Amino acid sequence: MTDTNTTIMDKATERMVHATPMSLARRVRGLSDRAIAWLFIAPTILLLLAINIFPLIWAVRLSFTNYRANRPNAVVEGVGLTNYQRVLNDPDIWIAMQTTAHFVFWTIILQTLIGFSLAYLIDRKFKGHAFWTTVILIPMMLSPAVVGNFWRFLYQPQIGLFNYIVSYATGVPPSSFEMLGAVSLAPWSIIIVDTWMWTPYVMLICLAGLRSIPDYIYEAAEVDRASAWRQFWSITIPMALPFIMLAVLFRGIENFKMFDMVMLLTGGGPGSTTEVASITLKREAFESWRTGRASSFAIILFVAVFGLANIYVKALNKVKQR
Amino acid sequence: MRKLTKALLGATTALTISTAMPAVSQAAELTLCWAAWDPANALVELSKDFTAQTGTEMKFEFVPWPNFADRILNELNSGGKLCDLLIGDSQWLGGSAENGYYVKLNDFFDKEGIKMSDFAEAAVNAYATWPKGTPNYWALPAMGDANAWFYRKDWFAKPELQAEFKKQTGRDLAIPTTWPELIETAKFFNGKEIDGKKVYGAAIFTERASEGITMGVTQALYANGFKYEKTAGKYDMDGAVNSPDAVKGLEEYKELYKCCTPPGYTDAYMGETLDAFKSGQAAMAMNWFAFFPGLYKDENVGGDKIGFFVNPKGTTAASTLGGQGISVVANTDNMDGALAYIKWFAQPDVQKKWWSLGGYAVHNAVLNDPSFKDSQPFAADFLVAMNQVQDFWQEPSYAILLQAMQKRMHDYVVADQGTAQEALDGLVKDWAEIFGDEGKL
Repeated sequence: MTDTNTTIMDKATERMVHATPMSLARRVRGLSDRAIAWLFIAPTILLLLAINIFPLIWAVRLSFTNYRANRPNAVVEGVGLTNYQRVLNDPDIWIAMQTTAHFVFWTIILQTLIGFSLAYLIDRKFKGHAFWTTVILIPMMLSPAVVGNFWRFLYQPQIGLFNYIVSYATGVPPSSFEMLGAVSLAPWSIIIVDTWMWTPYVMLICLAGLRSIPDYIYEAAEVDRASAWRQFWSITIPMALPFIMLAVLFRGIENFKMFDMVMLLTGGGPGSTTEVASITLKREAFESWRTGRASSFAIILFVAVFGLANIYVKALNKVKQR
Repeated sequence: MRKLTKALLGATTALTISTAMPAVSQAAELTLCWAAWDPANALVELSKDFTAQTGTEMKFEFVPWPNFADRILNELNSGGKLCDLLIGDSQWLGGSAENGYYVKLNDFFDKEGIKMSDFAEAAVNAYATWPKGTPNYWALPAMGDANAWFYRKDWFAKPELQAEFKKQTGRDLAIPTTWPELIETAKFFNGKEIDGKKVYGAAIFTERASEGITMGVTQALYANGFKYEKTAGKYDMDGAVNSPDAVKGLEEYKELYKCCTPPGYTDAYMGETLDAFKSGQAAMAMNWFAFFPGLYKDENVGGDKIGFFVNPKGTTAASTLGGQGISVVANTDNMDGALAYIKWFAQPDVQKKWWSLGGYAVHNAVLNDPSFKDSQPFAADFLVAMNQVQDFWQEPSYAILLQAMQKRMHDYVVADQGTAQEALDGLVKDWAEIFGDEGKL
């Protein structure tokens, strides 16, 4: 099979060489492999510079100015570190950061626990497990805009299904509590929706981790008469841990910059109860139009996420090396 | 050779025609931007006359209210060419004038004989001038509006409810004329079963994202004597914004919200308030006059079942200003066409038709017509409201000022954080910081 593939590839390469115009072939012939490699990746690098690096540098520059995007005629002045000082001393921003941390913490905990449990069950390969895997994955395939809107209806205190189910289970009148309107419930209403939507994603990664554990390790443990509990703690968890950590990393980064779901469900309310950092940033940049200050906040968030992710990746590598 | 010449001539002609065509069609076309709501449909109807008279095709870009400011201000800030004409909020005047987004219309008005004295004074000040109250015109008053109330006239007329109300309060069940009466009436209706359905006292504005809760709260604040500054133009807000009267107004609004709004009304603005009323859930509701023609025509709750009233008094009579002026966007490629539209729109006959179609004209030819008060069931209230309107800051930094108020009010009224005094003290602090950044304090 491999020989056949090699032959086909060789023939294709030969055909391409013959098809290359002589002038280009002559020009390319004078270049080193390294130069040709650079030639191929140059468009990607240029694109990356244009749409990622340049805006980042521009944002850093703006963060030291009083620039406002809605005042094109105003004089832009350097303000030194004032924007950073103001952001770091703004109690509202710290509250938004705490809200974000609360949200990230609970969604990760719930999604990891439920996601891993589901993966563990699906991995048993019972009859119809493929069908149930697909069913479980459905929420993840939906658009956040759709999810946000239909959960708004589900949470509606007068006609919402969620309130009726809670009412049926507990006997509390359905319109006596407001999932999106009550200060104590609103953060949890978002956590529930995010967990419902993204647990399948965590499950998928955990399932890949579980499927990567060779059967012979379990067979050896059986021979050593290790109990199922012991196998779970000594084989399954350590060997699936890099995958679980990867899922936590992905969800952590995603939820740190969560915007759409919160905006659709509560808009940051009631009051500022569910105003996560990304919503504060959006308001600062595109409603208050304090572009310089918003840039400094964005840079602080970027450094925080980048730093945390780096520490986490190092920890992940250590776990993998064990 | 001749063939070649002919071919070249043909090609050149074709090229000329093809490049000229878009310019011609562009010159005969205008795009008017506004919010997507009932009066916008009336304007489409009205503008057909302009097209018939001038041959200029009218295109419309109507943006839903919650996104209106974001969408249009982004358009202006980015130097976009979407809008030739813009019916923008009164609060945008300061920024749009100072940033050069709108065309100053003084010379044009003088040349065409358009007099601002032909329009209601309050409307001119609010919708056309910057700095406010000075004769510098950046818009033509297009749509007068104010926040007002409507109620279930049929419920108020029920003898058993009237008797019960009289017994409870010692007064007749009638349109509330003060804020305490408004709250009392809302409490009376709240939780009652009417026509087999549980109903609620009042549907009011609580929206957080754009301007909703500010537009609602200011009804109670203005009525209780709230002022933005102690001395106009001095930005001395401490003692005005957080005065005892203002605190009382804010507490009354929260009391109304807590006692009497339907469940789930934590983020409600125009649409939600209309829904609550149309679905027969609310005995009273607040909204802009702009929606009243549509409400009156509603098959289920309109006609004899609906009544209207201006904002009840507190220590003073006041209403929150809505409405907009029509401006020419400086970036337009069709300046002549845009100015022609303004000239056409300012004519008394056009203004009369505008009112008849459901637009709120503020031309004196309309308002001073003896038949005006009886022309619609809410026309008399509109006149009263327009004579007592107060507006939010029209400063260039209005967006930040508004966001600060949205946050403080929602935190206090809906999220139960702190006291009214703390909310208003916090607002003074926020606004002082903003004006400090502007170099005005």
